[in-house]
Amino acid sequence: MTRVQLDEEQGVESRYALGRIHSIESMGTVDGPGVRFVVFTQGCPMRCAYCHNPDTWTVAEGAGTRVSVEHLLGEYESNRPFYRTGGLTVTGGEPLLQPEFVGDLFAAAHAAPAGRIHTCLDSCGYAYNPKKPEHFDRLLDETDMVLLDIKHSDPVGHKALTGREPGRILAFGNELARRGIEVVIRHVVVPGITDSVEECEALGRLIAPWHNVVGLEMLPYHTMGVVKYEQLGLEYPLKDVPAMDKGRMPALREAVMRGLRAGRAAERGCSNA
Amino acid sequence: MQEAWEGFEGGNWLSEIDVRDFIQKNYTPYEGDESFLVGPTERTVKLWDDVMSLLLKEREQGGVLDMDTKVVTGILSHKAGYIDAEHPERETIVGLQTDAPLKRALHVNGGIRIACQAAAQHGYEIDPEIVDFYTNKRKTHNAGVFDAYTPEMRACRSAHIITGLPDGYGRGRIIGDYRRVALYGVDALIADKEAQKVSTPSVMTEETIRDREELSEQIRSLKQLVELGKLYGFDIARPAANTQEAIQWMYLAYLAAVKDQNGAAMSIGRTSTFIDIYAERDLKNGTFTEEQIQEFVDHFIMKLRMVKFARTPEYQNLFSGDPQWVTESIGGMGVDGRTLVTKMSYRYLHTLENMGTSPEPNLTVLWSTRLPHAFKEFCAKTSIASSSIQYENDDVMRVYHGDDYAIACCVSSMRIGKEMQFFGARANLAKCLLYALNGGVDEVSKKQVGPKFRPVEGDTLDFDDVMAKYNDMMKWLAGVYVNTLNIIHYMHDKYCYESIQMALHDKDVHRWFATGIAGLSVVADSLSAIKYAKVHPVRDENGVIVDFNIEGDFPKYGNDDDRVDVLAHDVVHQFMEYIRMNDTYRNSVPTTSVLTITSNVVYGQKTGATPDGRKAGVPFAPGANPMHQRDTHGAIASLSSVAKLPFRDAQDGISNTFSIIPGALGKEDQVMFGDLDLGDISFENPVACCDCTDSSAPEGSEDR
Repeated sequence: MTRVQLDEEQGVESRYALGRIHSIESMGTVDGPGVRFVVFTQGCPMRCAYCHNPDTWTVAEGAGTRVSVEHLLGEYESNRPFYRTGGLTVTGGEPLLQPEFVGDLFAAAHAAPAGRIHTCLDSCGYAYNPKKPEHFDRLLDETDMVLLDIKHSDPVGHKALTGREPGRILAFGNELARRGIEVVIRHVVVPGITDSVEECEALGRLIAPWHNVVGLEMLPYHTMGVVKYEQLGLEYPLKDVPAMDKGRMPALREAVMRGLRAGRAAERGCSNA
Repeated sequence: MQEAWEGFEGGNWLSEIDVRDFIQKNYTPYEGDESFLVGPTERTVKLWDDVMSLLLKEREQGGVLDMDTKVVTGILSHKAGYIDAEHPERETIVGLQTDAPLKRALHVNGGIRIACQAAAQHGYEIDPEIVDFYTNKRKTHNAGVFDAYTPEMRACRSAHIITGLPDGYGRGRIIGDYRRVALYGVDALIADKEAQKVSTPSVMTEETIRDREELSEQIRSLKQLVELGKLYGFDIARPAANTQEAIQWMYLAYLAAVKDQNGAAMSIGRTSTFIDIYAERDLKNGTFTEEQIQEFVDHFIMKLRMVKFARTPEYQNLFSGDPQWVTESIGGMGVDGRTLVTKMSYRYLHTLENMGTSPEPNLTVLWSTRLPHAFKEFCAKTSIASSSIQYENDDVMRVYHGDDYAIACCVSSMRIGKEMQFFGARANLAKCLLYALNGGVDEVSKKQVGPKFRPVEGDTLDFDDVMAKYNDMMKWLAGVYVNTLNIIHYMHDKYCYESIQMALHDKDVHRWFATGIAGLSVVADSLSAIKYAKVHPVRDENGVIVDFNIEGDFPKYGNDDDRVDVLAHDVVHQFMEYIRMNDTYRNSVPTTSVLTITSNVVYGQKTGATPDGRKAGVPFAPGANPMHQRDTHGAIASLSSVAKLPFRDAQDGISNTFSIIPGALGKEDQVMFGDLDLGDISFENPVACCDCTDSSAPEGSEDR
């Protein structure tokens, strides 16, 4: 679906922290349960090789559109009936770069006069700072569900794919588990990088300790992002990688589930799993 | 009580013609799933194979299998016809429009030239004696209309500022209450009409004379309907006694209508819940099995799939295919809160599986958020498998029409047997805006079509100036439009009266005067551009504005942006106010529709460049859709803009054509764990449409 710049609004006033966003999508059907109002924040610290929204990376001055919580919830409210079994999702970019704004947005969504709005955060967790958890308290207090991207189960592979260490991401996962926030794990399956049975089983074992995980979404790599790289004058890092064969996805999902069951069994000290 | 009604709960329906009361007292709401359904019988499969090969042959011959050129159609014009004349017993529901399957009947009351043209273009020639008779001795609807048209009306028609006027074929959009024939039998209906005739006032005003003449024609048609039943070996003078008879009686009444009228849309109504009452009784009494009942339904729907009219290829091009709009409305909720979904609603939809998909009949589910969950799931499954179900918003329409309305054509709702519609055409509001800028001069032909008002001056369009001029021009257009339709419907009543369909209505029907508008999103964006950006007109050597340069950006309709959505809303409302200022034929109540579903392409071709940046000849968006690629905030924002249009002013329907790839509707693969007991995920946030038809005579086919 098309994502475009919002009209630039000068001098935005708000009683909440302002956000810097890339765009909104009024009918999000793939970012959380049901039909959702999706906000794409501007700015991301990761540089995933397969990212299909590189236009949301930059945090440079003037990137994105400044927007208020009131404006976003106003748009949500005008179409509330559509979101009855869905809600509000913030994705990016990386929403954790703006914890005050997203925290305010979710708090206001929960306190909405017309009724509580289900809130969902789509994040890779890298911007989470385990040394300063208090920065994220308000946001996580108001988050009903997290779509947590685990890019690669192996630290070396993770660095190679995203340019970043996975330590903070795992810390974020642990914090979500401690809080008992429902989590759906997302994993992009890229041919030759994250499409091996071993990698998938390892992912399953990695997430096994998190009992708050309620779903697993395996996303087959596609090449729809290529055009954006061309438009932005960026080199496309995966230019020789073909789109993922969807036919293999059920087997790979099962591999993750196998790893997860094995991890859980080991946890219970039982060896017959 | 009559023997045929044994076991039925009595009520008001026993003392007057009141099918809704019969349904309400007797129907059985069904909230279960589809597991009771049965597949097609062997007989159905073979019969449908025969029909399929006929349809294939028809397509190979360029669209027409056979055409009658000698016998003018009527209720009793042909002997009984069967799919397989050697073995009529193969069909459990019988009756064809002519004496052979897919042989198109000769309808001439609408216009003889257009009938000749339709025949000629398929390689047939109508009997010269008939042509002579309907040219020189018996007047047609088309001839009447052109006798009365003013030069201004003709000019508007040729300039395509008013398009699709029903001056060629029948106007259609009338639904007889065909269920009455099954429930009461024709004799009771004749007696009722005789009583109505006796009750007319004794002073013979023009109105009373017309009423008496029409009632007589209705009675005559009902008597012919009894004879039509006899041709097929049935006594439909009496009430139907079981499911098979109920379907057969009802179908014969519909058949009489399509033999009599070549209407632009010949919809059948809302029959499934009515028929279900008979089926429940027969199942309980062991009269028929589920297999037999499904077979009757399959054979009935098969007959509806075979309804055809002789039309010109222009007409068929306009609507891509050979559409009849045999619309059947299914489901919905009752005003008492019970669902009107019955097992028969499932059986009707199940024909799409038993006999494969088909665009006709146009099976339309009246959708409510409160429909039984199992039925919603069944509809979704059937839609995915067949792509052949239309959905309409029962929650909106029930408020205006109660719970016994049906859809005529694609979206026009009316109470069955109590409301009818004078359907007619579209006003091209985008062209009207250009007339406002150019002082009534047509931007394509450069002729003075509209009134010679002062054109806009200067290099930049001023919003207030344009709005003032646009309002004047809309007021003029509404006047010409309504008066043109008045002529058309007067002549249609006079020369092409729908006597059998109107016989299946109450005496005092509520008449809608259904207008239509085209080019709404072009107008909204144009006005927005003029208001929020700078629009510079480009004039040709004669000073006629033929193009526009736009400086700056402007809000576009389709993004849930009130700044422009309110312009669309106001144009619909304002145009309706101007329509309402005119006298309408037979005190009909004006309404409008925003529905051009495929004809938007043709209207765009005939319209010059517009101030929104649309180039000359570029198609309009269909119906109330935002212009292509201008809605950039996703589907809900786009739908919300459309939803802001005032249904109160556009009760005849607002359509938004919307296609979506399956992946955009949600995840195709499993996400949530069903196989691990990790807690349920369940939460709920609180929550506080053809004018698809064009019956206009093509150029050169006028009878005058």
